Amino acid sequence: MENMFIKYSFFILFLPLFAFIVQIFFGKRLPRQGDWVSISAILVTLLLSIIMFSSMILDYDKNLYHEASFTWLDMGEFKIKLGFLVDNITIIMLLVVALVSTCTHIFSTQYLKGDIRYSRYFAYLGLFTFSMNGIVLANNLMSMYMFWELVGVSSYLLIGHWFEKDSAANASKKAFLTNRVGDIGFFIGIMLLFNAIGSFAFSDIFEGVATGLIGGGTLTLAGVGLFMGAMGKSSQFPLHIWLPDAMEGPTPVSALMHAATMVAAGVYLAVRIFPILTPDALLVVAYVGGFTAFFAASIAITQSDIKKVLAYSTVSQLGYMILAVGTGVYTAAFFHLLTHAMFKANLFYGSGSVIHAMHHALHEKHDHETDPQDMHNMGGFKNKMPITYWSMLLSTMAIAGVPFFSGFLSKDAVLAGTLSFAQHNPAHFLLPIFGFGAAAITAFYMFRMMFLTFHGKPKMPDIIEDIHESPKEMTGPLVLLGSLSLFIWYTLPYYNPLSTHGWFTDLVVPRDAVVPGNLTAQEIEDGAHHAHYLAMYISIAVAAIGIFLSWFTYIKKGLSVDNWAKRAGFLYDWSLNKYYFDENYDKYIYQPSLRLADKIAWIDWEVYDKYFINGFGKVTHWASKVSGKFDFDIIDQLIVDGTGRITALLGRGFKNIQTGKIQNYVLYVTAGIIILMIIQSF
Amino acid sequence: MDQLNNYLFISAALFSIGLFGVMTRRNGIAVLMGVELILNAANINFVAFSRFGGMNLDGHIFSLIVIVLAAAEAAVALAIVINIYNNLNTINVDEASAMRE
Repeated sequence: MENMFIKYSFFILFLPLFAFIVQIFFGKRLPRQGDWVSISAILVTLLLSIIMFSSMILDYDKNLYHEASFTWLDMGEFKIKLGFLVDNITIIMLLVVALVSTCTHIFSTQYLKGDIRYSRYFAYLGLFTFSMNGIVLANNLMSMYMFWELVGVSSYLLIGHWFEKDSAANASKKAFLTNRVGDIGFFIGIMLLFNAIGSFAFSDIFEGVATGLIGGGTLTLAGVGLFMGAMGKSSQFPLHIWLPDAMEGPTPVSALMHAATMVAAGVYLAVRIFPILTPDALLVVAYVGGFTAFFAASIAITQSDIKKVLAYSTVSQLGYMILAVGTGVYTAAFFHLLTHAMFKANLFYGSGSVIHAMHHALHEKHDHETDPQDMHNMGGFKNKMPITYWSMLLSTMAIAGVPFFSGFLSKDAVLAGTLSFAQHNPAHFLLPIFGFGAAAITAFYMFRMMFLTFHGKPKMPDIIEDIHESPKEMTGPLVLLGSLSLFIWYTLPYYNPLSTHGWFTDLVVPRDAVVPGNLTAQEIEDGAHHAHYLAMYISIAVAAIGIFLSWFTYIKKGLSVDNWAKRAGFLYDWSLNKYYFDENYDKYIYQPSLRLADKIAWIDWEVYDKYFINGFGKVTHWASKVSGKFDFDIIDQLIVDGTGRITALLGRGFKNIQTGKIQNYVLYVTAGIIILMIIQSF
Repeated sequence: MDQLNNYLFISAALFSIGLFGVMTRRNGIAVLMGVELILNAANINFVAFSRFGGMNLDGHIFSLIVIVLAAAEAAVALAIVINIYNNLNTINVDEASAMRE
């Protein structure tokens, strides 16, 4: 607790936990079901985060670094230390978590009004915020892993908030189990590093790698293992299947966890461990990220559920960040994480606002059949929900990579890094193709979503009259986060909208990889700087093409969607059905493992149970009969009852000398003494 | 006349008479008198051993304590006898057998 940053971090970490405990035990009995407890806790957290952020900005010190740790486990030579690490990345991430979490709390008071598990919902939000802050503040892999799992639990609980719906219950299980696959890799990675270095702390691990305690294939394996954890949490191919299903949770939860913060934890981990990734591990990271970016974007094109579009777009954007880590520009990855958290959370709030409005309108008509999330039931909402529309439009511009918006800056930085990587390694020309291709598709499908939802003629004219703007608690976060999609917040104190140069690049500077032989941060940055203008031109061009195509198709009706869908043939079919991933996983992984489980169950039942368990039972039964007989005849009858009988016999005999006459007793005593004396005298 | 054995004979006789009284008499008061005789037999032993064993006045002091004790004991015992009489209308110790089976 020696300085302000550590002290504040302590409160930032534990206030949401406090809110969780109060809510889970007393929430139902408090007025307003206790939402004010959670909201005040998160507001204080936000305030502390802002104070930390401001003092970071005021110090303007790129080497800010505070660490505090305590011994958690002490077994002689074997010590495990846990603790806090506060540097500029931590502070920015804390602010993102606190800001989006606050918006989510406030948004939820309206979105979940009258929900049967209102207080429990807020409790879980607190638990989530606590665990997310734990990940952000961890200075070692061990506590990061613990909070990592806690985040998984809170995700499970919140996706399954409406667990009466089978789809929600299944989605929560799917999310939890898919994450578990990645976490196995994460754990193996941690153990490989611990085995070689003997510490979990980042600083020790970096030092250990730099001095060559671990290297070569083992280090690559450890890096890929850790990255597998990131793949699970950040929903990267082939573990991307859980995130779109996670949209079964309440929309504010999707905004907080499945867009802005929790899924970014994987990227955050990748950013933290970047210095120990070997060139081979980095290639794996880059290809997984690049492919995911492109692949998820190609699915998002055909989805009609507004939240599914956003979900696949999240997967795609996370792929960008992972791609950036893989190509070495990991600060660009973190920059994209920051801007993406703002605009994607806002897009989710916007979709929540639209769904809320649809839900109410359908409710008025007593229509419970129509899907309120299907964009084919929307259209023409622009004038009915102006605040939602304009704030979502800002964020859409940002995600599409339009200049003057935040997404342009960060995406540009990512793409510049990718381009420079391919320029130096021409064999990996696919990576920038993935990157720029995904950028074009992103621009296309995001505007498709906007056009289908807000423009054109209403597709359900009878409900359009009942569509209303959402209440202030919901539009407030929309306005706030929508305005944060503008470039100016990220380039201050400079005003150049086309350059990433700003407080972020001043404060978050890449550090050299500690793996011997890797490129230094300076070399990577020079390359990216060199490729910057080319990347910028291409990315503006692809964004423009994407937006134009979208406009031409959905507003101008110059291209017929149905015709193109037919012409694309199986490609359309694949994209619409998400490349049949769920079906194939089901066919080739779940079903075989279920069959295997059946076989094992059969062995268990037919062999193990029948012969071992039942046989053992029979032997025990027989043995117990013998033992019972022994117990009854020998122990009970002979020893126990025999003792009793002997005692009774003796008692009856001795009773006769108990005459009750004192003189008799005196006589006995005297006789006894005389006998003793006679014996003594011999 | 001035020999230890003489005193011991008297003491032993006194003890035996006392013991006989305690064992044979049915009258509570008589039993108490027997007890007094036993105690006094012990007193004579104390004084005699003290005198002939060359132990100054240790035995005398002991016998004084025994006398005091005997007085206290007699007081308590007589109180018990009076209570027995009040309850049973007799001082025959054989009759005081309420706790017998």
